[in-house]
Amino acid sequence: MAYFTKFGDFQFDVLREIGNIGAGHAATALSQLMQKAIDMKVPQVRIIPFDEVADCVGGAENVVVTVFLRVEGDSPGNMFFILDLDSARHLLTQITGINKEVEEWDELQVSALREVGNILTGSYLSSLADLTKLNLQPSVPGLAVDMAGAILSYGLYALGQSGDFALTIDTAFFEGNEQVKGNFFLIPDPESLPILFRSLGVPFDGDY
Amino acid sequence: MEIIKIGMADLGVAKPPSRLRTTGLGSCVGVVLYDHVHKVAGMAHVMLPESSLAKGGELSVGKYADTAIPYLIQQMQNEGAAPRNMVAKLAGGAQMFAFLGGNDMMRIGPRNVEACKMALQAAQIKVIAEDTGGNCGRTIEFDSTTGVLQIRTVNQGVKEV
Repeated sequence: MAYFTKFGDFQFDVLREIGNIGAGHAATALSQLMQKAIDMKVPQVRIIPFDEVADCVGGAENVVVTVFLRVEGDSPGNMFFILDLDSARHLLTQITGINKEVEEWDELQVSALREVGNILTGSYLSSLADLTKLNLQPSVPGLAVDMAGAILSYGLYALGQSGDFALTIDTAFFEGNEQVKGNFFLIPDPESLPILFRSLGVPFDGDY
Repeated sequence: MEIIKIGMADLGVAKPPSRLRTTGLGSCVGVVLYDHVHKVAGMAHVMLPESSLAKGGELSVGKYADTAIPYLIQQMQNEGAAPRNMVAKLAGGAQMFAFLGGNDMMRIGPRNVEACKMALQAAQIKVIAEDTGGNCGRTIEFDSTTGVLQIRTVNQGVKEV
């Protein structure tokens, strides 16, 4: 975890701002889709042991609906859009008019929600690409309804090779009456951090 | 009865009446070793197949199949277990997002299972039960008194092997 020790307040602020801008654009896109106001919390930037990553969304065994995509290009990483079961059901109802429990979803509902995730994470990433002038491409999104620990661990393998800690940029959002609430998680690969910082002109002498 | 929680990239040993538990296995593999004669159980939550993947820094033995399994055997021997009595049960190694199958990093689940089996074979330990692969997360709990492994998934409920 050598490179995390080089982090000062300034670097944390920059990452929080990345979360703020990215999730801000995503929340705007969600607001347009739902025709409702969406609020956002201040992004949390954390450097935490792997085990604690899932605690941010209710623990390793908590069942969540997640759209996952791999960020490829200049600054690779993993991106997750996470909703609890009730929120996912409400979101789907708002957008498609179909009101079904998550367990009863068929391919159409899964596909609709995956597309919502795709639009939102896409706006997160493109605003980040505009800001940094880096080439960032999303993979095809995948959707899973499963234990948070099992899903989020997917974002940790690249990090696992160089340490036992993950840097997560976590932004929570919620619709006015909290019927729909969820999180955007960006987990950059370790080698992406110096690239991100350099693109923004932030001093960072991380070494690996 | 004590439940010993094994975190990601961690391992632990238990004797009756304790139980070993690890939660939210995705592509990670839960390896359980059991000496039924001496009633010593061990569990590892393996995250990556090979320690050769490690890039610098200190090596965390519990993280890789090829280091975690020999270390777990040794820890169990310290508690009085004998390798010749040991059998193994495996769970996990899923591919949560199948569409990314082309990317080697995303095929990590099957690779983890293979690596665990190789390490077990090298130690001449037989795999007597497994619930691996698929696309679902698993939580497992092992009873060191009976040698029963309980596997819980979101969609398929609980099964015992």
